[in-house]
Formats: sequence, structure tokens, C-alpha cells
Amino acid sequence: MTEITSKTDGENPQMTTEQTDSGAVVASTEVVNNYPHPIVEFWQYFRANKGAVFGLVVLVLLVLMAIFAPLLAPHPPNEQYRDALLMPPAWAEQGSMLYPLGTDDLGRDLLSRIMYGAQVSLTTGSMVVVLAVSFGILLGLLAGYFRGLVDIVITRLMDVMLAVPSLLSAIVIVAILGPSLLNAALAVVITQLPHFVRLTRSSVISEMPKPYVTASQVAGASHLRLMFNTILPNCLAPLIVQATLGISTAILDLAALGFLGMGAQPPTPEWGTMLSGSLQFMQRAPWMVTFPGLFILITVLCFNLMGDGLRDALDPKLKR
Amino acid sequence: MLLYLFKRMAVFIPTFFGITLLTFAMIRLIPGDPIELMAGERGIDPERHAILRAEMGLDDPIVFQYLNYIGDVLQGDLGVSVVTKTPVLDEFLALFPATVELSFFAIIFALSIGLPLGIIAALRRGSMIDYTTMGISLTGYSMPVFWWALILMMVFSVTLGWTPVSGRISFLYYVEPVTGFLLIDTWLEGNWAAFKSALWHLVLPATALGTIPMAVIARMTRSSMLEVLGEDYIRTARAKGLSSWRVVMIHGLRNAMIPLITVIGLQVGVLLAGAILTETMFSWPGIGKWLIESVRRRDYPSLQGGVLLISAVVIIVNLIVDVLYGVFNPRIRKQ
Repeated sequence: MTEITSKTDGENPQMTTEQTDSGAVVASTEVVNNYPHPIVEFWQYFRANKGAVFGLVVLVLLVLMAIFAPLLAPHPPNEQYRDALLMPPAWAEQGSMLYPLGTDDLGRDLLSRIMYGAQVSLTTGSMVVVLAVSFGILLGLLAGYFRGLVDIVITRLMDVMLAVPSLLSAIVIVAILGPSLLNAALAVVITQLPHFVRLTRSSVISEMPKPYVTASQVAGASHLRLMFNTILPNCLAPLIVQATLGISTAILDLAALGFLGMGAQPPTPEWGTMLSGSLQFMQRAPWMVTFPGLFILITVLCFNLMGDGLRDALDPKLKR
Repeated sequence: MLLYLFKRMAVFIPTFFGITLLTFAMIRLIPGDPIELMAGERGIDPERHAILRAEMGLDDPIVFQYLNYIGDVLQGDLGVSVVTKTPVLDEFLALFPATVELSFFAIIFALSIGLPLGIIAALRRGSMIDYTTMGISLTGYSMPVFWWALILMMVFSVTLGWTPVSGRISFLYYVEPVTGFLLIDTWLEGNWAAFKSALWHLVLPATALGTIPMAVIARMTRSSMLEVLGEDYIRTARAKGLSSWRVVMIHGLRNAMIPLITVIGLQVGVLLAGAILTETMFSWPGIGKWLIESVRRRDYPSLQGGVLLISAVVIIVNLIVDVLYGVFNPRIRKQ
């Protein structure tokens, strides 16, 4: 933890001078000392982890697939082709190039549904984490900065929330609010919240006694300034790693809820929801089972690979 | 040691009461009147409704209601299932052994694959074996449990026909529940055919459920072993001329196991959440499947009781793990 601050402390002024000297673009040769720009340094560490780069590349492809789904998808996601029910993938004997990954029991093109499904999973997954991180940072800062009663109340509450297995509490919340994608997303936000609160709180507590915080305090910085401008930037590294890993858990939990009929409702082309109807076609149409789940696995795997890479690049403890 | 135990207990009790507060709030937050929910579609006449409200204490101040609830919970009264009309605690206890049996074998699976994988990866750091092992581990960690269960079922039950598709035991056998653990019950009866059937029914669900813990254990074993193998006492052990096997298994693994205990303990929550999906997939008659059915049947007392009991199990296991950690690692007690 000490190393995080010493690193960022040393680099913050450097970053500002560089930005004023040569604009946003970094030219490491112009810098007087030999330290690379933080972003360059970060990229060097990240690049060294081949798995992380692989994850990033595949993820970019997935995001592009989601964005351009309307252009790339051969069919509209909910269009039912009555003459092509349960068509096998193109490479199978009865397959047709019209439906590259086959069709489902209603004659909908699986590939198109998976492409549109990427939109649903990636947007809800990242929105969930953005919300969980924001509220987590807020509560964690309050608890870690003010300590005392605020801290006790927040920490106890988070401990209680952590005692209930996350999928179970998500199910309970959906049972209260009613099944829908929005409610499922909200439920996952609530289950993820404690992790970010605890992480922020512990970083804040380890930062608080540092001289730079005291200096800022003596200089007359307000509570808000101290919390958000002084302390928070130095707590971000572990939060970024956790957020990346959080997206993968969010996607998994949302898919599980969709599968149980408690998340996105049909005919939304959500990957988990698509699987929930496939159980009875296991024997006749294995492709209906295989492909949506495969995409969940690939997406989650990419986020986890990237999270590992980010940890390597951002956690100075492992750098040396 | 006793002080350490008390300190851990002091955290456990408020957490438990916190959970009762949540489960109490949960029932209050569900939209709709509880009595109308119980009456169902038939409806209920207003007079009877008022009597029931008074009887159930729904007219009392909210604090009273909560205290009543706590009192009931402490006496083991978790309410009555709206659907089956049996006490929630009885239903839970009848189904719990099935979940424990499944989780136990899932952990056995996770340990018997995860530990060796982690050790080999640590010993051959940077080799192809290391990369493959960590690849397997990361894939397992990213696995959507319900889909993995579907794939296993599709390959091993439907296509290859090696294992039964669902349930705990073939319906050909009837086993009198003594302990509730089918393997123990059939073994006590000496009914080997039934024992074999029960064992075969366990293979796929335990594999599906154990995959994520396996991945976590493999990863943690690797990093923990790497850390330990760099210690001075390992060098000393090697210098003494001990065999590599002894150095790795006795001096290395035993010390590497200390952080692993915590990790395995934390997997209990993961296992119980995974059990919800696995049991639903394999029609395994345990707590997970029961909870999902309770949600579907709007059997809120069962859901409430189930959440409370499962959370209690999780915090008790964490407490035990904390204590074990203190036993295995004397340094922690002194703090």
C-alpha cells in the first residue's frame, strides 16, 4: 500500500508538467528523467501479460459486435422463420448458410440473437458495476474518512450483506421487486456494493495517516476536497481491478437470473434467458444450449484475463 | 485462544441479528397484504381478515413485530410454509442433508483436482504446464455454472449415457431416511445397488458445483506455494538433503495450506449459491431447488426462513474457519 502512494506522489507533478509541455501526447525522450509516463509504464506492464492482451483484443471484438449488431446480424433478433425451426448450424448436414449458428425452436436465428445479446449483457454488466462502484466509493469514503459511528453502521451493514450468498440475495430482491432486467440489474448492484465499500474503506484508512493527507489538511482543505481530490485518487488502483472483475461477476449473475426466469424476460435476446428455454431441446438441438453459454464464458473469461493484467500493471507490490 | 474465540463470537452475534433484521424487512417489503397472499385467489372476507391480522400481530407497532419475530426465531419457529403447511425449519432440515452431501463431494472434487494442479503449476513455474493449468483454472473460474451443468448433462448423460440425468437416486430404490445422507443410509442398510446408484447420481452435480472452487483452489495453491517455496526454511530443508517430495509436501504444502483454509472456508458461500443453480439443473432435492420453488410458488415464509438459515450456516462456517485459522497459525492469535 505504501508503494502506491509513493509512486503516484512522484508521478503526479510529472504528469502535469508533461501535459503542459507537449499536450496530451507523451514523448518519453523529452522528459528530463528517465521515468516513463504513467500511461506508458502501465501499458508496458499490461502488454507483458499476454493473457490480458488477448482478453482485451477479444473484448474489443465483442464490443464491436454488440455496437454493430444491427449491421452485422443476418436477421432481426426476434424474427421467427416458421419454415426453419430448430435448424442446425451451417457446418452440420442439414444446416444452411442463412442461419450460421442454427435457429431455435421458434425459428429465430441464433447468431443474430447472440449478437444482440452482447448489447444486453455488456451494457447492463458495465452499468451495474458503474453504479456499484459509485455508491461503494461514496459509502467507503464516508466510513473510512469519518470513522466512529458512521463507520460502524456502514461496516456492520456490509458484513450482514456479505453473509448472504450473492445470488441468493439477488433472487430475494427480484422476488420482492418482480422479475425484469432492470430489477435484476438493481439486485446485482446491491449484491456487489459491499465489496467496493470494503475495498474503498480499507484503502482510505491506510491512506489517512500519510503525510500528504496531513499536509493537505493543514493547508485548510475541506472535508470534501480531502476525500475526493486528495485521498480518492490514491485508492483507485485496487478499485479499477475489482471493477473489471466485478463486471464478469455481474454478467454471470445477470445470466443466471435470466436463466432462472428472474432477469430479462423473453423475447429479449439475453444470453441467460436464451438458455432457459433450451433445456428441453438438449437432445434435438444441442447448438441452442452450446452457443449462448459459450459467449457468456468467453466474455467473462476476457474480463477476468484483463483484470489479472490490470492487477499486474497497477499493483506495485507485484511489480518488482 | 479463548479470548480470540470470544472476539470472533462478538462479531458473529451482531451479524446474525443484522440478518434477522434483513429477513424481517424482506417480508414487509413484499408488495401486497400477507393475509391476502396466504388466502390466494379465493380471497377472504373482511371480518376473517381483521381477526387474522390481529392474531398474527400485524396491527402491533413494527418494533413489537420485530421483537416477536426474533423471539420466534430463537425458539426455532421460522413460520409455516404457505404451500405445504409444514414448519419451515422441518422442511429445511429434511432437505439440508442432500445439499450438504452434494457440497461435500463438490469440495472433495475441487480439492482432489485443484491442489495437485496448483502444486504442479508452482513447481513448474513459467512452463507450458503452468500456463495450461492456469488457463484451466481461469476458465473454470469464469464458468456459468448453469451452462456448465447443461453441457455436462448433454455430453455425459444424453450423448454418452454414462451417468443418470437427474435426481439423487434411481426411483427403483426406496431408502428409509435415517441420517438423510443417502450414501450413509444405503451403506447402513447394506443395500449396495442403491449405494452405487446414489454415488452415480452424485458425479455430475458434484463436478458442476465443484468447478469454480476447484479453479479458485488451484490458483490459490499455486500462489501460496510459490510464496512458501521462496522461504528460507525451504532452502534449509533442501540443504539438509531431504528428498524433494518431502520438501514440497511436508515443508512446503503444510505452510501453504494456512491461507488456503480461509479460501476454502470462503467457498462455502459460493457453494451454497452455486447449489441453487446446480440443484435446479439436476432436480437435486436440496435447499437450492427448494428456494427457487419457494420463489416461484410465492411461498415467502419458506424463502424468508431459508435465507436466514443459509446465512446462519455461512457465518457459522466462517466463524469455524476463523478459529481453525487461529489454531493453525499461532501468529494470528497474538494480535
